[in-house]
Amino acid sequence: MAIKIVVNGQDLEVSVSPMKRLLDVLRQDCYLTGTKEGCGEGECGACSVLVDGEVINSCLVPVCQVEGSEIVTVEGLAENGKLVPVQEAFIKYGAAQCGICIPGMLMAAQALLDSKELSKQTPTRYEIREAIAGNLCRCTGYMKIVDAIEAAALSTLEKK
Amino acid sequence: MNKVYSPKELSEAFQILNSYQPLKIVAGGTDLMVGYNSGMPVPDQLLNLWKLDELRHIDEYPSLLKIGALCTYTQLIKDERVRKYAPTLVDAAKTIGAMQIQNRGTLGGNIVNASPAGDCLPVLAAFDAVIEIGSVRGLRQVPFTDFYTGYRQTVLAEDEMVTNILLPKQKTEESAKFYKVGTRAAQAISKVMMSVRASIDAQKCVKEIAIAVGSVAPTVIRTRLTEMAIRGLIIDESLIATARKEMMEEVRPITDIRSNEHYRRTVSGNLIAKFLRENYLA
Repeated sequence: MAIKIVVNGQDLEVSVSPMKRLLDVLRQDCYLTGTKEGCGEGECGACSVLVDGEVINSCLVPVCQVEGSEIVTVEGLAENGKLVPVQEAFIKYGAAQCGICIPGMLMAAQALLDSKELSKQTPTRYEIREAIAGNLCRCTGYMKIVDAIEAAALSTLEKK
Repeated sequence: MNKVYSPKELSEAFQILNSYQPLKIVAGGTDLMVGYNSGMPVPDQLLNLWKLDELRHIDEYPSLLKIGALCTYTQLIKDERVRKYAPTLVDAAKTIGAMQIQNRGTLGGNIVNASPAGDCLPVLAAFDAVIEIGSVRGLRQVPFTDFYTGYRQTVLAEDEMVTNILLPKQKTEESAKFYKVGTRAAQAISKVMMSVRASIDAQKCVKEIAIAVGSVAPTVIRTRLTEMAIRGLIIDESLIATARKEMMEEVRPITDIRSNEHYRRTVSGNLIAKFLRENYLA
């Protein structure tokens, strides 16, 4: 079945089973392997991507449900090779250890920074923790991840 | 290859349900896809509800909210009317998974999935919600407390689907609470949940009370014997002790991978004691 999706701003048409997981379509059919599979049951958040601006687990979404939707993966964050504030901050604060949770963490963090409610004020530490509650880091490097998101939020607000 | 029907109109969905059985309905997919990912066979024919925007409305009426079955937990959490008139439903929705699941999982899915651990279900039971069911034969309404006929069994016929949830508003004189006890705050399936709704006067007399408990029986249950033991009485230490004892006797928990019978029974008693004590001290 031919399904049209928009991935990182690019119009694509994939010919796959309608129940194929968005995660597998991204990795196998779009060759975007930045999105990782962790648990495959919606617990770990490693496969997080944005669908029409909302963060979701791509292992739980059949591709037929995102027909016509705009999908952003970790590969789509940087613009023309320039990293976005949250990526810069993850590097600066040493937020990545083994790294497998980081693509998902970045997408959950970006969804938080994009949210309308926070457009005029930066999130609290509690709000940051809540935003990444669905993303597990088995290195338990949460402190630096939260630090990085806090710094990214501040620099994002300053630029507005 | 699987055949997936993705109607954009509700009437079309009813026609599909009537014409192409057997059919598995998928809404947000947060439960079904977990099963398929772990090797459960994907059915040959599915009905994908995701494009039915008709079922995404929340409407306010004088005494109730009409909530479309396809409303996501995020939608419930953010909606001003739900926050004002059904704050315990917001509390329950916030305990489900985390952002990724709340953006995708739906209230209708929580109901139809029919798990005794469905987090919104005790709230619907305590508030005497009514479930609107649709098919080509028309619409019908079923009280939520009659919706389940057994473990993971519902009154839905093969050609029917849940369309809306009618949820009575919490009244200003009512006090309501939702409690969830799980392994951790996010991403945890509950060991015990309780939703309580009560009218308590200035003399601390419990004029009216409704208590619903999840994960302690084959379905979410109303503990009507415990309600009877509390109703009409003034809250004091003796009533709190009676309520705890009644609750521990009334629930029918089992031991499974998440918890054991003794723990669930004890926690159920503790939760009703906690509710009464919070209101006694208030």
